[in-house]
Formats: sequence, C-alpha cells, structure tokens
Amino acid sequence: MADLTRDDVAHLAGLARIDLSDAELDRMVGELGVILESVATVQQSPIEGVEPMSHPMPIVNVTRPDVIRPSLAPEDALAAAPESEQQRFSVPRILDED
Amino acid sequence: MSATTTDAVISYDEVLERYDPVMGLEVHVELGTLTKMFCGCATEFGAEPNSQVCPVCLGLPGALPVVNEKAVESAIRIGLALNCEIAQWCRFARKNYFYPDMPKNFQTSQYDEPIAFEGFLEVDLDDGTTYRVEIERAHMEEDTGKSLHVGGSTGRIHGATHSLVDYNRAGIPLIEIVTKPLRGAGERAPEIARAYVAALRDLLKALDVSDVKMEQGSMRCDVNLSLMPKGTDALGTRSETKNVNSLRSVERAVRYEMCRHGAILDGGGRVVQETRHWHEDTGVTTSGREKSDADDYRYFPEPDLVPVAPTRETVEALRGTLPEPPAQRRKRLQSDWGFADLEMRDVINAGLLELIGETVEAGATPAGARKWWSGEIARRANAAAVDVSTYAAEHAITPAQVVELESLVTSGRLNDSMARQVLEGVLDGEGTPTTVADARGLQLVQDDSALEAAVDEVIAANADVAQKVRDGKVQAAGALIGQVMKAMKGQADAGKARELILAKLTP
Repeated sequence: MADLTRDDVAHLAGLARIDLSDAELDRMVGELGVILESVATVQQSPIEGVEPMSHPMPIVNVTRPDVIRPSLAPEDALAAAPESEQQRFSVPRILDED
Repeated sequence: MSATTTDAVISYDEVLERYDPVMGLEVHVELGTLTKMFCGCATEFGAEPNSQVCPVCLGLPGALPVVNEKAVESAIRIGLALNCEIAQWCRFARKNYFYPDMPKNFQTSQYDEPIAFEGFLEVDLDDGTTYRVEIERAHMEEDTGKSLHVGGSTGRIHGATHSLVDYNRAGIPLIEIVTKPLRGAGERAPEIARAYVAALRDLLKALDVSDVKMEQGSMRCDVNLSLMPKGTDALGTRSETKNVNSLRSVERAVRYEMCRHGAILDGGGRVVQETRHWHEDTGVTTSGREKSDADDYRYFPEPDLVPVAPTRETVEALRGTLPEPPAQRRKRLQSDWGFADLEMRDVINAGLLELIGETVEAGATPAGARKWWSGEIARRANAAAVDVSTYAAEHAITPAQVVELESLVTSGRLNDSMARQVLEGVLDGEGTPTTVADARGLQLVQDDSALEAAVDEVIAANADVAQKVRDGKVQAAGALIGQVMKAMKGQADAGKARELILAKLTP
C-alpha cells in the first residue's frame, strides 16, 4: 500500500463534504494509514485462480414485473426529513459562495 | 501555461483551418416503463412532489431494490437496434457521490459491464450521404431527483440559500448511450451531432421504449468535444456540455465549443476538463464544476442486486420484436406513396409521417392525406405554436376524419373550397366532416337545371363579357364563372359551370 498523503486525505474530505482542521488532517493521515495498512493484509491472500465475488449466492436475473405498487404518502415520505418546504426535502446550500 | 476558462471565441472557419474536432455524444433516455428501475413507484410526469417515492428510491435503511424486468428488456432491445453485442452477464455498480439529488448518496448504474456494447447507427445527412456513428456502450441506470434552488437569482444554484428536492424522478429507468469518439467529421461535426440525436430519437420512438421528449427532459444529450491541431494525432482535452435539450441546441453547442476551444488553443492556453452548462437563450456555454475522475466515484459492484444474465434465447426473442429501422421505413413509404424527395422531406420535417401513414392506412390517397394534413391543419398548428400531432389530439381531428373529408370530395358532394370550410368546422369542434357538411348545408348542387338557369342569367346580365368570350377571349369566362358561383352561393362545381358557359358561348 502506497503511503496515504495529507493531500489524499484533504481531497477525500472535500468529496465527503467534511471540514477538517489542519490538526485533524495530520491526525487522520496517521490513523487512516494504520487502518489501510491493516486492511491491506488481505492482499497477501492466495487468490490465484479465484474469481472476484460480488454476491454470496450464485443467482442471476431476479426481476419484478413492471407493475405499479403504492408509494408512500408525501407527508410520510417527508416525516423523517429534518426540514421540508413546498412538499419537498429542504437541504442546505449546495455550493459555497466563491 | 495556466488553465483558462475564457469565453473568447474564434470564427468557425478559423477553427476548421487549424483544427479537427473530436466529438463524443452521451444521450440519456428515460424509459417509458410504468414503474421505476428498482421499485414499484409510478413514473408519471408532473405528479405532485414526493408522491411517487418509497423506501427503496429514498434510500431508507433496509430497503431492497429489485430490477424492473421491462426496463431490462427495453435496454436489450435498444442495444440490438443499435447493432450492439448484448452482455452474457453483467452487473450494476454504485456510483458514489455527495449531492442531494440522490438520497442514497450513490446512483445505481453500470460501470465496466454495460448491458450492450460495440454497436453503430447509420445516420442520414441532409445531402443524402450516410455517416456511421460507432456506439461504445448502452448501459442501464436510474435518474436523479429534481432540485429547486431557493434564495438566489432566477433559480440558480449559485447564491442559493438552500435547495428543495423532489424525488419523484429519482429511480426512473435511464439508458445512457455513449458513442465512441467521432473523428474526421470536420466542418460537418455540428450537423452530424444533430442528425445522430435525431436518428436516435426516431429509433427510440419506433422501439416504443420512451416518449423521447427533449423539451420535458426524457431525452437529454451531453456533448463532449475536443480539438486536435491539424496534422497531429494527439487528442486534446475535452469539455462536457450538459443537458443540451433540443436538436438545434446540439448543433449549436458543438459549434460554439469548437470556436471556444479554438480561441483557447490559439492563445497558447490549455482547455480545462470540466462540465459546461449550455444556455439556450444566449447560445453559449459557461463553466460548471470541474469533472470528477472515475476514481472519485469509487464505483463498486452493487451488492443488493444480482447479476443480469440474459439467455441467448431471450435476446433472440427480443430481436424478433424490433421494428423496421426508421430510415429504411421512410424510404419504403416514400416509394409506396410516390412522393418526391422534397415532398417527403417537408412531410418529415413537419412531423407528419405518422399521421399521413395512418391516414393512408385508413383509406385516403397519399396525395390527399398529405394535402389536408400539411395544409390547413398544419397552418393552424403552426399558428398555435404546437406540433401537428398535439394540435390534432387537442382538436379531435383524426386520420379517419381526413379519410371521410376526402371521400366527400371524391364522391362529388363537396368541392375543394367547401371541403376546406368543413375542415374548419371539424377543427372548431362542430363534429365529423359529414355532420359539419349537413349542419352547414354544404352540398354541391347536383341538379344541372339550376346551374344551367344560373348560367343563362349571368350571360344575359353580362352581355359585354359574354361577347368577349364569343370573340375568342376564353379567359374572360373566369368572370362569368365567378358570377355563377356567387349566384349558386358557392354550392356548385366550378368546373361544370365553366363547361356549360363555354358550351353556350363557343362553337
């Protein structure tokens, strides 16, 4: 595993919309590095000739017919939203001011 | 050299002198299924906000998606119609990103295992030549929710204080069709882009898999464009112009981006790989966010869905349901109907192909069907600024009624001008052609004696004109015919009136 850099962590934090202070960034580089290193031990497994698996059961083509089923009532759908307005989910500002 | 997003442009001719465009088109099509891709919520357009949502499409914990069978069939049929290979086995993948238009924080899509790949579409160009657009892939995914941005100017995301999201659209089945980079198009790049999207739209309509309404967003086009300096083989950096939502805009956006890239490269600058937004009103693009790399989406196989592995029997059965390719069908109809090239092009451009086809099938002559649909009906539709089919649906004019109208003329009950009045009545909601003709008392006078009497009267009252005709000035008869028709209140066959007049005045 190549070393995780401070820039990598800052980039990931940006994508995940998590604000990290400089001190937190420094700490995360170390902590995430240890976690990645631990997980990386699976790379030592003997996997030659083993197909990658994405699903535990060897089944395919599970589908449903194109038939409408009842949806939630809008008030139920919105019940768990911290805020709503005009029967829509209200979410915080998406872009920071430049 | 610094990156630049300057909006300077150079002229189209200058671009072509120095660069070759390379273009890639990504078209998203919303399928016309009754339900969403992974849940049974309805997909009806224009429903109340958040009235077509459930735990699956809201991404609530513990919800389990299940694939819509019809959507998979549609995807395979689209792949086959685009001459693609159909995957023996493929999976869905999660495309992870943080943006509130997907409540799951990922979009379920396909990544390196699309359902269809390696195809092509032959596109007819205006000059009668054909250009083959190579298709890289067509994959299944789901649409996202719709956001309203509040507090900024004119609904823009910039400056908004918060956003309101409606998830009715989240989860509607989408097929994304991606072309290979199209090279060597040169000055025809904008035309080819437009013709390709038009051909794709016709094909999807013929497949009956989507209503393909660009103005409602059920078909959307992204334009990837870069320039290669002439004489080199090095691909330039591309921009991706999003959601170009009309055929005309596709053509304009390609042309604009060519001129913008040309200006940057001429100035020694570097094109930024970024998303651009197309502005229909001003005909320019503006910078959007910088594009994430595929790594940033952290694609991985969707563990909640099992692989899709269509059997070859299924694929062949679906191949059997494909319609005649639209370009081939148009050629066949043109020859069946005996229309000239120009007539056929007008019919297609006016969106009358299907209506005329149905009218001919219902018993009208091709010429008659064309005459009525592209005449008064098209004129009124134009004046109302809607397409002819919409106008026809709103005004209850059907192919069967056009057949009836034509037969009223061929049976000799109405002449052309009376038929036009009848059509107006039908369009005004007065009923079927026969009902309107009856109610308005429109009927060619069949009784020749009444017509003959009128001819005699008019000749007597216009002795001077009659004399001119006798002297050989046959065109003077026109004035007499007009008088006769007036006397008959328009309800006579003008041809017959002419015959009678000439019979009486010429040897």
